[in-house]
Amino acid sequence: MIALFINGTKHELDVPADMPLLWAVRDVAGLTGTKFGCGQALCGACTVQMNGIPIRSCSVAVGDVAGQKITTVEGLTHDGKPHPVQSAWHAENVPQCGYCQSGQMMAAAALLASTPKPTDAQIDDAMSGNICRCGMYPRIKAAIKRAAGVA
Amino acid sequence: MLATRGDFIKVATAAGLTLGLPLGTAVEADAAGPVAPPLSPSAWVQINPAGAVTVVINKAEMGQGVATALAMMVAEELDVPLALVSTQFAPADPRYIDPAWGDMVTGGSTSVPDMYPVMRNAGATIRAMLIAAAAQQWGVPAATLSTKAGFVVGADGKTASYGSLAAVAATLPVPSAVALKPATSFELIGTAQPRIDLPAKLNGTAQFGIDVKLPGMLYASMVRSPAIGGTPAHVDASAAKKIAGVKDVVTTSRGVAVVATTYWAALKGRKALHVSWNSGANVHVTSASIQAQHDAALAKPGFVQGKPVGDVDAALKTAHKTLTATYHAPYLAHATMEPMNATASYTGDALEIWAPNQVPLQAQKAAAAMTGLPVSAVKVHSTFLGGGFGRRLEHDYIADVVEVTKQIRKPVKLIWTREDDVQHDFFRSGSTNKLTGAIDANGAIVALHHHVAATSVTARWAPQFIQNQQDSYAMEGASSTPYTFANFASEWSPIDTGIPVGYWRAPGANANTFATESFLDELAHAGGQDPVAVRRALLAGNPRALAVLDAAVAKAGYGRPLPNGHAHGVAMVVWAGSIGAVIAEVSLAKKNAITVHTLTVAADVGQPINRDGLEAQLQSGALFGLSAALYGKITFANGAVQQGNFDTFRVLRMDEAPAIRTAVIASTAAPTGAGELATPPVPAAVNNALFVLTGKRYRSMPLSEAIV
Repeated sequence: MIALFINGTKHELDVPADMPLLWAVRDVAGLTGTKFGCGQALCGACTVQMNGIPIRSCSVAVGDVAGQKITTVEGLTHDGKPHPVQSAWHAENVPQCGYCQSGQMMAAAALLASTPKPTDAQIDDAMSGNICRCGMYPRIKAAIKRAAGVA
Repeated sequence: MLATRGDFIKVATAAGLTLGLPLGTAVEADAAGPVAPPLSPSAWVQINPAGAVTVVINKAEMGQGVATALAMMVAEELDVPLALVSTQFAPADPRYIDPAWGDMVTGGSTSVPDMYPVMRNAGATIRAMLIAAAAQQWGVPAATLSTKAGFVVGADGKTASYGSLAAVAATLPVPSAVALKPATSFELIGTAQPRIDLPAKLNGTAQFGIDVKLPGMLYASMVRSPAIGGTPAHVDASAAKKIAGVKDVVTTSRGVAVVATTYWAALKGRKALHVSWNSGANVHVTSASIQAQHDAALAKPGFVQGKPVGDVDAALKTAHKTLTATYHAPYLAHATMEPMNATASYTGDALEIWAPNQVPLQAQKAAAAMTGLPVSAVKVHSTFLGGGFGRRLEHDYIADVVEVTKQIRKPVKLIWTREDDVQHDFFRSGSTNKLTGAIDANGAIVALHHHVAATSVTARWAPQFIQNQQDSYAMEGASSTPYTFANFASEWSPIDTGIPVGYWRAPGANANTFATESFLDELAHAGGQDPVAVRRALLAGNPRALAVLDAAVAKAGYGRPLPNGHAHGVAMVVWAGSIGAVIAEVSLAKKNAITVHTLTVAADVGQPINRDGLEAQLQSGALFGLSAALYGKITFANGAVQQGNFDTFRVLRMDEAPAIRTAVIASTAAPTGAGELATPPVPAAVNNALFVLTGKRYRSMPLSEAIV
């Protein structure tokens, strides 16, 4: 059994320690908002936060994060209130297919937690690991700026 | 059928049932009947006694916003706020065919044009029945009644909600003909609306194919022959079967699937497999061998397409100046963010499939043939698609899981790895394009000849559409341009390579437009003419296209001074009845490092439906084209793809994404396609800017490699 605190709830998962966190979260904990895109930490679709730090859950063994606080897209909404990133994504009508957006929002939320007023270069730096094949990069950037309250 | 129904409802919820609506209104034929029957005069829309409006979406929602656009068409004619409308994805059922296709197909930028009359009519019909119900209840002539925001309104100001009228309306005859609103009366169509699926896509509840979970479901991963088309020869599964969680190893017609209690166990089992392959007919195919086929074909006459204009040969002989150039576009993968996957459950006398797919009826028919079941015993449910771009016009990945569930008789979800997805695609065909053109003494373009060598998708996918080797699909962007040339001819040389090819966003046009529009630039510069001026001259007979070009020029500020080291390039396309123009502003920030600062996209797509959705599609299409222009490339050795994941099949990332400016021509003409329009012109627009910057003409994609 490996214990994880996912979105504030303790989960005891009967999984092998080498299972990537992604599959433990999706297939065992049943939280499918976190997506599989590449399995090699190349696309960012699987981004979750560990203790507030964005990590690529497809490339982190669940045994290596035992006991840690994991936040997934399902945990972005707090006490029924959308996270500022979700509100900004809504206002900018960001998603197209939407498949990458969980990872995009988790990366963006982590960026804003550490860098509340990011510059364009800081946004590019934090977000260029997250691929959007629908090409919604301009909207993602605009939404991050909106959430940050920067022009 | 409880599992089925439950799952369908989950999808429906994800699609925006945010109002706590009674779910008994599910559209499936086997759904338990609600207490009071909904008002449902067509397959497309129903209103239940609680007033809930449900629009059935017969198209794959793969990001293009089709669910929102179709719901807006209904809501406009029904006079109901969009916020009160929810959507459900139609299951595979002939009731839901697109009448223009005679099939349930989402492709070719046809959904909005095809469904525009259908969905508006469905909304207007149900509105007329609600009015008739109120007229009956109030004892007044229907002509004295109007509708507003979900209510029928009497001349005296009396109102009745649609929900309160639904039961009575359901007893009335369905009118055979209803009047549609004139565009001048539109309150919703043409406005910017948030996507109807937005909430579900922001909180993780949108259910994609990969998210489907059935009771007792197992997970599978399948290894396929590295050489495309190879089949399993010998399988040693002994080590794989020892992996904890592995339940079964199944050999199928084109691979070996490891079935396990978790996907991770299936992947580990797959790694432990020892499979030898019959490599098949493609084992000697390389990128060079394919290119040699193209080159040989271009050395001979191709099939002349359509009726040539004027006399190209004569014009070339007498021209002031002629040019010939050969352009290359590589093979490409689609690389949707959601890798191919499907879930299926076979019980012996029934098969149920959940899949992100663009052709559910075709998938149903194929699955029935594979299992020997009647079509009526095969159910296919649609989920959200994590991208499509044409890849999911195929159902190979559904066939894979059907083979597996048929053998094990358990529900199973088969997920492709990214490497599987990139290496076993139906690729955008490589294309070699030979163009010859002529200019007169004033630099005007007087003749163009365009010969294309590529592999036909349509010859396999819809052979009935090709007569006498007239492959208008493969020749999009070559035979069809917005321009009128005094002398024009095009030829087509279909190439059979054994490598499977498929439709890829703006098929044909995405490769041919790179050649056409780059070459027009060559001719413009050869004649000392401005590239926009040359194009304007060729558009004299096409005022609609001229307006699009002029809109792009105005929006981009073409011709005005640019920052040092920046240049503009322009290109155009006609696609699915629409016209697009793109102007790229490009610099070489560092030596050979192409930086695209802005892409200006002008478009005439007829009547816009969701103004913001249209904007998003133009943005998306442009960046999809830029990704291919700069980086996209699939190559082959020994019949196998040499790329695998996003490290080797590179796609555009945020730090490389330019700003997109759009200019949409105001129009109330019938809507035409928008989802693919912006893709084809981008590579040539960037290339034409590079020529201004470097004085060199690049004739092969990807440009980031060509420029080195």
